[in-house]
Amino acid sequence: MSVSVFPKQAPTVGYDVERYRADFPILQQAINGHPLVYLDNAASSQKPKAVIDAISRVYLQDYANVHRGVHTLSQRATDQFEGAREKARRLLNAAKTEEIVFVRGATEAINLVAQSYGRSTLQAGDEILISAMEHHSNIVPWQMLCQQTGAVLKVIPISHQGELLLERYADLLSDRTKLVAVTHMSNALGTINPVEHIIRLAHERGIPVLLDGAQAAPHLVVDVRALDCDFYVLSGHKLYGPSGIGILYGKEALLKAMPPYQGGGDMIRMVSFERTQYNTLPYKFEAGTPAIADAIGLGAAIDYLGTIGLEAIAAHENELLAYATQQARTIPQLKIIGEAAHKGAILSFTLDHIHPHDIGTLLDQVGIAVRAGHHCAMPVMDFYGVPATARASFALYNTLEEVDALINGIKQLIEVFG
Amino acid sequence: MLDHIRDLYQEVVFDHNRNPRNFRVMEAPSRKIDGFNPLCGDRITLYLKLDGPVIADVSFQGSGCAISTASASLMTEIVRGKTEEEAHHLFELFHRITTGQDEVANFEELGKLAVLAGVRAYPARVKCATLAWHSLEAALNNEGEAVSTE
Ligand SMILES: Cc1ncc(COP(=O)(O)O)c(C=O)c1O
Repeated sequence: MSVSVFPKQAPTVGYDVERYRADFPILQQAINGHPLVYLDNAASSQKPKAVIDAISRVYLQDYANVHRGVHTLSQRATDQFEGAREKARRLLNAAKTEEIVFVRGATEAINLVAQSYGRSTLQAGDEILISAMEHHSNIVPWQMLCQQTGAVLKVIPISHQGELLLERYADLLSDRTKLVAVTHMSNALGTINPVEHIIRLAHERGIPVLLDGAQAAPHLVVDVRALDCDFYVLSGHKLYGPSGIGILYGKEALLKAMPPYQGGGDMIRMVSFERTQYNTLPYKFEAGTPAIADAIGLGAAIDYLGTIGLEAIAAHENELLAYATQQARTIPQLKIIGEAAHKGAILSFTLDHIHPHDIGTLLDQVGIAVRAGHHCAMPVMDFYGVPATARASFALYNTLEEVDALINGIKQLIEVFG
Repeated sequence: MLDHIRDLYQEVVFDHNRNPRNFRVMEAPSRKIDGFNPLCGDRITLYLKLDGPVIADVSFQGSGCAISTASASLMTEIVRGKTEEEAHHLFELFHRITTGQDEVANFEELGKLAVLAGVRAYPARVKCATLAWHSLEAALNNEGEAVSTE
């Protein structure tokens, strides 16, 4: 089977993790008497001072509503807000800023595509293809759309290792398929999907593809033009930026043809009670006052990532994951959930006879923050026959010593549980 | 690590987690109810046999964390032989104590259940401790539907 090539990794030599850690004030604290080891980055990552400062600078000096006033502050806020859009465009290598829509996060972006693109193009009997490793936010909006239109949801199955079954994917594509929506990287398993291959096959049939980049964006260099994806969605808060802001990338031609998602101010050009003319892209999709300071904060996060380089970050995180995986395998009671050949820095696991919630509470006692639960991916939990998993997920500021702390913590709690 | 967690994970909790009491399916129960904590995926099926107002037998099945398993196990021990009203009273007491609304003075009335009072320091885990009790309440009120902690 031909699976596309993954980007080559840069060497980690010269990666100064201690220097980067110092950029994150929240990490310099003790939790329950132990230095904080923050390994819940897949849920949300911490913010560098550059982002915190950028947000407070907006409110201290430059804040006003955007796109309305002629006064100085409104102009400053608008310039910075639009500047953030340009940064997002560059992050994704989109052709135009018109293709970058600010939304609340990945969830809202997917709902926007479902309700605007989906509702205006799908009919009863059409099919939407997702995968068995999707986050609830890339399942439920499509189920809602199916209920509204009579379309049918189809699911690409996964292997026990946590990889998409690509032959099954090819078989599931048909003339009825009207949209493929898959995750670029799974939050529950860490799997990085061969999205180039997925897109190529869909495009051979003229089917547009949405990629859920909520997890991938902080770890991979994303080039929407090279990928040729039709929609790409991400959340700022997983990208070291603020919560409440995210990005929908859509190809201009698609966005142009789509009806607005919400009505209100900013998304119109002219309103009378008889008729309303919608605004141009991307404003057509940005009804109401946006999260101004948060968008600017996201821009600062993108700048910050640029100073380190996503390739260097990915290489560092891969080293952490490889080490954590190797260490985890030495614990006989530990089972890794998700062992795809291509993985991002996520280690999902279970321990014999110890529920993930007990793992989470016990590790917290030694200052280690991990996620315990179904990770908003209940179908994935069902597939593996577990109610939940514990999940350690790594970010640019984590260290090999923190992996050691995690492994020691796990060994200790196994002892405590006896 | 041990020192910090003794409050929550006392030996009784470990014991009941390892060997849950009354952990079985009941033949011909008077009431049967499914409880679910969507946050952590804890599931419990609770079985009751009523003899008039008295809980003649109680058992459970399911999967959950140590707190929820131990809580269910301890609950079955304590409510067997009690009247519905006594069980309801215990539910309220347990609820108040685990959510920190009641004083340590009432611990005695709770007997062994008091070991779970430690969850009050872990708000995220209170629902683990109360799942079985919510299920019991629902079963006694004869709410045939599955109960959820949400
Ligand atoms: C793969 C994936 N998709 C979508 C989301 C939803 O992101 P948000 O809650 O920021 O909208 C998440 C968040 O956990 C995720 O991991």
